[in-house]
Parts: sequence; C-alpha cells; structure tokens
Amino acid sequence: MLIPSSAAPLAAADYIPHLPNAGRRSFVKYAGAVAATLTLASCSKHNEVPGTVNIGSADGGALNFAYAQEQLQAAFYAQVLAGAYFGNLAVGSAEQQVFAALALHQRIYVDLLKATIIQGKAAPIQALTADFSAVNFSSRQDILRTAAQLEDLAVAAYNGVARFFTVPAYLLLAAKIVSVKARHAALVRDLLTPNSFVANDVVTLTEGTSLERAQTPAQVAAAANNFLATGSKLNVINLA
Amino acid sequence: MNFLNILTQLAEVDPDVLDRLNPRRAVFSSLGTVAKRSAMAATPVLLASMFQKAYAGTNAGDPVEIFNYALTLELLESDFYKKMQASPFFATASAADQAAINQIAKHEASHVSLLTTVVKGIGGTPAAGVTFKTTTFATLTSFAKQLEIAQLLEDTGVRAYKGRATDLQGIADVNIPGVGTINPLESALRIHSVEARHAAHIRTMRMQTAWISGSGDLDGADNYKGATPESNVTQAGFNLTTAGIITPGVTYTAADVAASFDEILTKPETLALATPLIGA
Repeated sequence: MLIPSSAAPLAAADYIPHLPNAGRRSFVKYAGAVAATLTLASCSKHNEVPGTVNIGSADGGALNFAYAQEQLQAAFYAQVLAGAYFGNLAVGSAEQQVFAALALHQRIYVDLLKATIIQGKAAPIQALTADFSAVNFSSRQDILRTAAQLEDLAVAAYNGVARFFTVPAYLLLAAKIVSVKARHAALVRDLLTPNSFVANDVVTLTEGTSLERAQTPAQVAAAANNFLATGSKLNVINLA
Repeated sequence: MNFLNILTQLAEVDPDVLDRLNPRRAVFSSLGTVAKRSAMAATPVLLASMFQKAYAGTNAGDPVEIFNYALTLELLESDFYKKMQASPFFATASAADQAAINQIAKHEASHVSLLTTVVKGIGGTPAAGVTFKTTTFATLTSFAKQLEIAQLLEDTGVRAYKGRATDLQGIADVNIPGVGTINPLESALRIHSVEARHAAHIRTMRMQTAWISGSGDLDGADNYKGATPESNVTQAGFNLTTAGIITPGVTYTAADVAASFDEILTKPETLALATPLIGA
C-alpha cells in the first residue's frame, strides 16, 4: 500500500508533543500513528538563496550538515515504520527489530545534534521536509535500497565534513556517530544483497586502496536534495 | 562558566597554555566568527577535551606516530585473516562466509600497503613484521572461535581509529608520492568506516547486532571496557537517558542510547589489548 498522498511530504520528526512513556515500543506506535501528520515551522533565518537551507560554515555548518543527514534519515525511517511493509512484519522478527532500532537511533542523533548546535551557540537549521514520494513503502526492495543509499550517504557526509570541525569535542562526537552509521549501512546493504557490505560502489576496491569512497559536502548535498522537498534543499556554499 | 577567565587563570599558572592550545588547531585564533564561538560553549565535556589536548603527551598529533599505530593494528588484522584463510577450519565455513573473509582480508592487506606508503611519504619508518601470535591462533579450534577474535579485532580497530581522530584534526593536506594529495584526518576516517562495516558484518555472521548493543556475547570482553565504556549514555554533555532531556516527553533507554554511539579506545588501552596477541 502506498502512503496516502495526503500524508506527503513528511517532515522530519523534531520536537514532538508530549508522549508519556515514549520508549521504543511506544515510539514505534507513535511513529506509525503520528509521523505522517507532523509538520513543523521553519526556524532558520539563514536562507540566502531562496528555497534553499544554508547550513552555514565551520563548526556550526559541519554540525548542521550532520543534523540535516540525520533529519533526512529520521524522516525516512519514521515513514518506513508507518508503512505497509513494516506493518506486516512479524513482531520480534529480525527486520522488524532492525527498522525499529534504526528509526530510534536516528531520533537520538537528530535530538542530540540539535541540542549540541544550540549548546554551541550556533543556529540549527530548520526542520527539513523530506520527499520520499518516489519510494514505495510497501516494497522491501524499495525500502532497503533507499535505506542503503541514505546510510552510505551519511557515512560519506560525516567523513567528508570532518575536516571542517575545529572543536575537538565536535569531531569526536561525529566520529562516534559515523562508525555506527557505517554499521547501519553494512547491515541494510547485507539485507538487500548478501555480502554487499563493502561493495565497490562504497569502498575503493578497484583502486586497491579499500577506503570508503569520498564525497565532498557539495556532492552529498546534491544527493540528499533528491529526497528533500522544495524549500528544504541544502545549500553548502559556505562549507568549502 | 566563563571560559576566558579560566584561560586567563591558567595562563597565570602556566604561561605556555595558550601556545599549547593554539598551534595546531586554530580554535582560539579566530573566535570572532559566530561558528567558532561555539568553541566557547564552555561545557564541561568540551573543556575537558580541550585541556586533555593541550596537555597531552608530546607525541600527540605526530602523523608518523599515528599512522604507524594504525599500521601496526592493520598488520595484526591482516596477518590474522591470512592465518584464518590458511586454517583447516576455513573450509568448513559457508561459501558466503568465506567470500566475506576473503574480501575483508583483501581490505586489510591494502590498508597495510596504503599506510606503509603514507608513513614513508611523510618521512617515517613504517612499522613491519607485526604478526598474530601463532600459539594463540592455535587455540582457536573452529571457524566460529576465529570469528570471535575477528569481531574483537574489528571493533577494537574502529575504536582505536576513533581514539586518534582529534589528534589528526587540523593537519594540512599532504602529497604522498604514489597516492596523491590526502587529508590525513579524512583518510583515517575513510579507513575507520570500512573497519566499522567489517565489524558489522562479522557481528551479523555471528548472529549479533551489527552495532555494539551491550547484550552481545562478547560485549563484556575487555575490548569494550575503555575508560569510556560502550555502555556510556552521556554524549556532548547530555545524559540521553534523562526523561525529556532533549525532547519533552521522550525518554530513551540506556540500551538504545549506548547502541547509537561507538566509543573510543586510547592508544594505551588498545595496546594493552593488542600487544598480548602480537608475536611470532
């Protein structure tokens, strides 16, 4: 079943209304029931190019860049959890647990990065509006393929933006997150295609160096923008 | 907390503190910009981190030392997988598992080759001859037992690279003959994430969660008990299990928070784990 058109585009779940006892289980219920109706006001004052979100420069920009990736992924997994494929998985089955965990991890990253940006006296970017209208959330193949794209993209994003951090604590935080993203990426790739956790499209196998393939922030933004609605597309001009 | 006051007081006690803080990282040289003022956020975690940096050992931030440390670990991993491939138990593994180990072994060999070139390229003498102790390997009497060690080595590798990331921060791009121009931090992180993919896959082969969950069969092993344990729930100064700490009404469990972040191992912690495994 496709997500009803009235539900799209989805916003990344950000600050949410009161949810008593919102642990994992109730988050799953919550995400299923409510995520599709969440819309959030913009709080950014830095849109220099109309219709784009300028993520800023230096440490604030690098944190916001990570925050944008996590918002995008959080919106994706919230929609997965609200969708037919997830709904039909047996409770306690491996994939059900994987998607529930991934959704929860993303929420934690979104929350923590926003809080860290505010704590650092920088301005967090607005709550982004994702557009996954091209993804069929009743299709395992579609979900896993998109999950792998987003997880691989996030790893490349963190690796590529690391050099813009000047504050050691921020670099350390990013490093603590990126290896878990790489674990996510390996897992969803393996679910999609067994043993594809380090395939040539993400690791430089043909070059013989066996490094994660690099992407500049501009390349990551261009790929991420394919999943972001008009008005939420990322502008990384100050991160170069 | 007034961060600049603290710096002033430190400078009175130790006139070199500003020099110690300043030279490699331009954290304090351009506090005028809004973004960099985040350096003045003056949270305890941030302060602690900066002062650890400022007063770290004299070798902190030496790229030759850092890359040789990475090379030592890659040599150990590479030799371990070679021994695995040569072991009679390898043939007992499924074709898919053999293919995965073969692929990972190739990666480790190319990491060794790359890091050797990098260390030479920046004027150092590359580490060599680091092998997994034969007598220890001989105690691993099944493919499954070998995979346990592989998991420990990979997760340790991830945490070891992570532990040195901030030591590479701010080091300028360098041209390595035969490799090209690299950003040392980015190159290390591009190995780090590949190691994390290895770790995830091996954990999956062993029916563990891809991430360190705190409930895996090896999660009580010494490898997961650095000064900051994998059960840590405080990140960037926020205890993420506190009810409503970030989002009103949302409480995350300790298990979920811990699973979302990989922690570091320091060099002494890593060497304490790795050294007993190294030998003829």
